[in-house]
Amino acid sequence: MRVYLDNNATTIVDPHVFQEMEPFFVQKYGNPNSLHSFASETHQPLKDAMERIYAGINAPREDSVVVTSCATESNNWVLKSIYFQYILTGRKNHIIVSEVEHPSVMATAKFIESQGCRVTYLPINHEGLIDAQSVRDNITDKTALVSVMMANNETGGIFPVQEIGEICKEYNVPFHTDAVQAVGKIPVNVQSFNVDYLTFSAHKFHGPKGVGGLYIKKGRELIPLLHGGSQMGGLRSGTLNVAGIVGMGKAMEQAIDALDYEMIDVRAMRDNFEDELLKIEDTFVVTPRDKRTPNTILISFRGIEGEAMLWDLNCAGIAASTGSACASEDLESNPVMEAIGADADLAHTAIRFSLSRYTTQEELDYTLEVVKKAVKRLREISSSYAYTPNR
Amino acid sequence: MGIDSLIGGTIWDAYSQKVQNLMNNPRNMGEITEEQAKAMGAKLIVADFGAESCGDAVRLYWAVDPKTDKILDAKFKSFGCGTAIASSDTMVELCKGKTVDEAVKITNIDVERAMRDDPDTPAVPPQKMHCSVLAYDVIKKAAAQYKGIDMESFEDDIIVCECARVSLSTLREVIRLNDLTTVEQITDYTKAGAFCKSCIKPGGHEEKDIYLVDLLEEYQKEKMAKNANSMATGGAVAFADMTVVQKLKAVDRVIDDNVRQMLIMDGGDMEILDIKENGSHIDIYIRYLGACSGCASANTGTLFAIEGILREKLDENIRVIPV
Repeated sequence: MRVYLDNNATTIVDPHVFQEMEPFFVQKYGNPNSLHSFASETHQPLKDAMERIYAGINAPREDSVVVTSCATESNNWVLKSIYFQYILTGRKNHIIVSEVEHPSVMATAKFIESQGCRVTYLPINHEGLIDAQSVRDNITDKTALVSVMMANNETGGIFPVQEIGEICKEYNVPFHTDAVQAVGKIPVNVQSFNVDYLTFSAHKFHGPKGVGGLYIKKGRELIPLLHGGSQMGGLRSGTLNVAGIVGMGKAMEQAIDALDYEMIDVRAMRDNFEDELLKIEDTFVVTPRDKRTPNTILISFRGIEGEAMLWDLNCAGIAASTGSACASEDLESNPVMEAIGADADLAHTAIRFSLSRYTTQEELDYTLEVVKKAVKRLREISSSYAYTPNR
Repeated sequence: MGIDSLIGGTIWDAYSQKVQNLMNNPRNMGEITEEQAKAMGAKLIVADFGAESCGDAVRLYWAVDPKTDKILDAKFKSFGCGTAIASSDTMVELCKGKTVDEAVKITNIDVERAMRDDPDTPAVPPQKMHCSVLAYDVIKKAAAQYKGIDMESFEDDIIVCECARVSLSTLREVIRLNDLTTVEQITDYTKAGAFCKSCIKPGGHEEKDIYLVDLLEEYQKEKMAKNANSMATGGAVAFADMTVVQKLKAVDRVIDDNVRQMLIMDGGDMEILDIKENGSHIDIYIRYLGACSGCASANTGTLFAIEGILREKLDENIRVIPV
């Protein structure tokens, strides 16, 4: 049996999405910017897809939702444009990000920091969440941008973007949120809170890889990262990824349709699975369930190094994830676990299970049995877990 | 870069079959109790190395015959990833039947080689070499305990890069002989820094007393002191008396030795355009390149730093003017 519980990394493409994309490879392969019929036959499907994308995040028609190649591009674009517009020109000298942003925000922030910009990294609290108050404590009239993710990829923790948006509005500072882990899991509505830029990515909600988006509020225009043939209204040049845009449109529509299922049924399966996992001795979950996306569990098994656990799961066909030590190429412990700082011995023991609407109860039952076996085996090997066979 | 580095594979793909088998079925996992040791007429040694909070910890059990110093039996327990388990298991296998003095000579490289499927392909990817180091360190700890001596006394030299086992004296010598200026060069010459990268600079997986960047800095300082010395004693011409060409060369040398590396690290560079005498001043005209042009500090901090260095090294009356 193969079980995929790494849906925060990427998801299966919904077959309906794949079906809608298919004609745009061999039949309707025109470049939308040409004049002939090969081009024009792509226009209506593209417009329909854009309508679906706008509807998915409830973007007003006068605002821009620019299709990009991925969330990394969207995040780079916001931070680098802010650097060009505000920092390099000397108008502002400071940005605020959380200390647990995705690497595409974090590494970009570090880069512009190396170029002379002051960067504040907001700490997370004992629940793995950001306190909106910390934005208020750090924002100044020289702040050019606040960038705080909507939901964290590791813990699923939902950050208080509503309150942070209010604070940014008060200080008239642009607010960016990386909503990659939120779209399709919790409601994302750009009119329900103050936000100027919002990042998302199709492959996290059962769309194709290689296509993402950036919402840009009217009046907060960015300098293009990609100059060229003036596609996407000149905001983002590059031949339109027709199949990708069509696919993301369909995926967005499907995700919105399935949102109730995700928030009720997937959540119920997740909660039940988590209850069962927590029955295993010496297991810990940091972020409270009601403050998390409905599909994510980050759980620590005391005495078991994360990669060792992943190895055993993989041998049984189960895909999960860890940001901890050995699994990532750079040998760092899970940044969230480290930031929480509660118990250093647990920093390398976290495993992330992320479900989707394709996850079945049968898969979770099987996974639970495999986890129990792996915990037993690895705790017997563990030098730091006092194992007593007869307990 | 190049084709092999563009699409990163999973590090698991780089594990040898032996490593994978040992991860699944370690042969020597377990404990030796006081009673078991006694029954063998042996002394029990239990040594711990590493820490759970660092992501790797191993405990080694030895039953040592006090008459012959022979390791009669050995076991391990490990908190760590699969390769840490496999390395520990291999290390224990290598210990068995050896005397304590022989066991101390087992290195992490022996452990890694013993896990290879074929002699020319490493058993683990570079980031995982670190795991076999832990296995090596715990042997020293156990041996020190057995002999009742300090663990450090097994090393006659400080090892800077544990993964490749490169000592401080080797590194100093190689850097000096080959006039090395970058970490990449050190890695090319000695393999130090090629594996877990902890020894390159602070902030890696392990804390070190001395890093490769420290050694480079130490050598640069040594070189500069020598230069200054030869300038002072070698009857060198004073900067103000040099021809324009000599002046340009001298300025270039100072920039190369002291400034350029810093600028390049920030994505920039600079070039020297002209040198003119202006009353009592010597004006050096420069142009910033790359990220430096437009950098906020190009006309403040960076400029003062460049001017300061040139004044100190060459002439008090130098002024640097960016164009």
